[in-house]
Amino acid sequence: MESRLQTSNSRLETSGRGLNPSRAVLDNGAVVIAKEADATPAVAINLAMRAGSICDPADAAGAMNLVARVIDRGTAARSADEIAEELDGRGIALTVTVTRHLFSIVCTCLAEDFEPVLALVGEILMQPTVPETELATRKGEVITAIRQDEDNPAVRASEALMALLYPDGHPYGRRAKGSVETVQRLSRDALLALHRERFVPSGLSAAIVGDVARDRATAAASRVFGGWSAPPAPPVPLPPAAVAPRRQRLVVPMMNKVQVDLAYGFVAIRRTDPAYYAVWLMNNAFGQYAIGGRLGDSIRERQGMAYYVYSALDANVIEGPLTIRAGVGPENVDRAIASVDEETRRLVRDGLTEKEFAESRQYLIGSMPRTLETNAGIASFLQNAEFFGLGLDYDLRLPDLLRAVSIDEANAAARRLLDPERATIVIAGPYAE
Amino acid sequence: MSASPEARPLAPLRVDALDNGLKVLVQEEHTAPLASVWCWYRVGSKDERPGLTGVSHWVEHMNFKGTTNIPRDQIKGIIEQVGGGWNGYTWIDQTTYLETATRDALDRMLFIEAERMANCLYHPDDCESERTVIISELQGGENDPDQLLDQEVTATAFKAHPYRHPTIGWLPDLRSMTRDDLYGHYRQHYVPNNATLVVVGDFDADDALRRVERQFGKIPSRELPPRQRTTEPEQTGERRVTIRKPGTTTYVKAAFHAPAVVDAQFFPLLVLDAILTGAKGLNLWSSFRMPPAQRRARLYRSLVERGLASAVTGSLAPTAEPFLYTISATVTDRTPAAAVEAALLEELDRAAREGVADAELTKAKRQLRARLVFDNDSITNFAHQLGYYETVATVETFLRLQDHIAAVTLEAVAAAARTTFAASNRTVGTFEPSPIGDGSLKS
Repeated sequence: MESRLQTSNSRLETSGRGLNPSRAVLDNGAVVIAKEADATPAVAINLAMRAGSICDPADAAGAMNLVARVIDRGTAARSADEIAEELDGRGIALTVTVTRHLFSIVCTCLAEDFEPVLALVGEILMQPTVPETELATRKGEVITAIRQDEDNPAVRASEALMALLYPDGHPYGRRAKGSVETVQRLSRDALLALHRERFVPSGLSAAIVGDVARDRATAAASRVFGGWSAPPAPPVPLPPAAVAPRRQRLVVPMMNKVQVDLAYGFVAIRRTDPAYYAVWLMNNAFGQYAIGGRLGDSIRERQGMAYYVYSALDANVIEGPLTIRAGVGPENVDRAIASVDEETRRLVRDGLTEKEFAESRQYLIGSMPRTLETNAGIASFLQNAEFFGLGLDYDLRLPDLLRAVSIDEANAAARRLLDPERATIVIAGPYAE
Repeated sequence: MSASPEARPLAPLRVDALDNGLKVLVQEEHTAPLASVWCWYRVGSKDERPGLTGVSHWVEHMNFKGTTNIPRDQIKGIIEQVGGGWNGYTWIDQTTYLETATRDALDRMLFIEAERMANCLYHPDDCESERTVIISELQGGENDPDQLLDQEVTATAFKAHPYRHPTIGWLPDLRSMTRDDLYGHYRQHYVPNNATLVVVGDFDADDALRRVERQFGKIPSRELPPRQRTTEPEQTGERRVTIRKPGTTTYVKAAFHAPAVVDAQFFPLLVLDAILTGAKGLNLWSSFRMPPAQRRARLYRSLVERGLASAVTGSLAPTAEPFLYTISATVTDRTPAAAVEAALLEELDRAAREGVADAELTKAKRQLRARLVFDNDSITNFAHQLGYYETVATVETFLRLQDHIAAVTLEAVAAAARTTFAASNRTVGTFEPSPIGDGSLKS
């Protein structure tokens, strides 16, 4: 048996063997990624199914989100109460999330509980029965959550921005939770049909990271998922996204609030774009490094206008957004937008300084060990690499991919993507024009 | 990296103190080529007097604005340059700052914390620009009706003890506080004899201690101001607060005076909370990232499974002095608040009347054992725990958490329920939304 020190060194040294996970493809197409890490006697299980909110039928936004709320409320073999007892008794709570492309079931269990817990979450993923009584209760919860969102300026700003950037019913522009009306209409049969269509072994990637040997983890996953059979899911049509032809601005008046949430964004790039690493670096310097990058320095530090301001890049299967967010008092809305405009123009016009560029690059490279410190962090990193086909050695290659970017490429990325004349801006909060 | 008995053995925790009174906790942990440094001060919002509420938190912000030897424009990037992360927070008992970065940056992290302790600048212009940042932070919080209600319930539950005011402070105080108020508070409390330095990571402990001595050894100790001595008088009757504002969702909270972490009654109530609302960890820095295991918890079943609430949570934090155990429910659309309050109080009364079952106790202990393991999944989280408990109690309290939980008996849980859930000990808060009016979109 390897000593603890050797194991941990192999786990995190980016100059050594790196994470070095194992990856197995079962006969039915399911992928199992395993990584042993024994810092704590616990195991992170991360099941990712290619069944995100883009799979919602056009007239049923929120369907996959509702599947996520009911999927662990009864299986062919166990009632909701039995599942709850199994999980609760081991101190486990599942986190079930739906992003645009992935439906994920994630949990951490004690190492001693690993096999039964994997069997249970596998059963939940593959064989939900969606009892009617459970569906009714969960619909009530989702409708309450939608009503909470309607009163939340941050959510309203974000959803409105996505609807404007991805118009005409584009799957990226729809609300993941749907509306009260679409949720109320969803039937058990519709959810089960959606599950049958989208939850298939060839769409599954299971990552297991923690205090369990790789072979044992892979064998356990093979027992759970190996007998599952279903035809591949049909592809979801995903129109390419177009850059907004002109600047657009929407006010979502919420006069019962005290602060405005701003969302200011652009359609940006695909994850496969050759300029991805240049855009990532540019965005780090622009809106992340040391509390919000240049944006933070201007709007928070120098002008004292906002507690939070940052930019975020979501390079995805198609062109995802680059979004700038800030929370400001209503009296500062116009000044904050003008400052974002100014910082954007300045970046496009003058580019990053050598120092800014070097610091962001060093930060992104140097933060890898922290990203990969916890089991859950490693599992998430491996799932991201699997989804975008980045390879098992992505953790080893990433530093060089970042080092290969030149400042000219980062500045070219800013010129290509950022243009205040084409910005889409949403103002949600106590503000009226 | 867990303090649980079944975890792998760690190198022994080194507990030391410098001549100037700085307490130092050093833990070797070689699972990653990282080091985490946390500097804790025994000063939080409970140490603030009327007129200066929020000063501790504002001081925390000011302590990221440059020092004598770290120019203002470098302090925020000084850790990012080596790929590290940094942060800080203030709460009722404590203010703390942290850096986690590669082990090679240990000296840099210690230097930053020594500078923060002794040499922050408090330029008047920086104080002014931060005033509006903090007011923005406060207003962002007030956008959330649940948070607003929590603030009002806490203020109602306490009549005398300074735990009553929010850590961010009251808005009028934030508008009137001066640079001298801030700097005075900083100079009074940021001294080595009021601090604990925690260093966890991939290094040799003796070497780390030498580095600590080199960075902090020359900072002089100073006499501390007298501590606030107010003890909250016993509550003599139910208190209520109702907020009626435009909104979409109803929230209900019930808050009860609860024991401090050093009180033997704390752990029975912790187990009771696991039975009522599900087990969660005891790490304020990380536990909230993982939802509680609560599907079979009593209140989840009686509120959420019956469709009365979409969520229910319980909150019992380890604190230096008696604080609150607060249960919060998000009421489902179109359900009256009174129905949720009645069902909630009925469950609590049942626990007070009948206690809990042996099987529930056994399960809660097992859940909590798992959660304490999950709490310590990174050196950052582990370092937090060492410093947190040393600041609000003692680090031994942290090292013995599993023992304290294991020792809880059925009788102690029943007694905790009877004592805590007495009607005269509770404050009930409701956020009742009124119609929002014109929320229509316009371009």
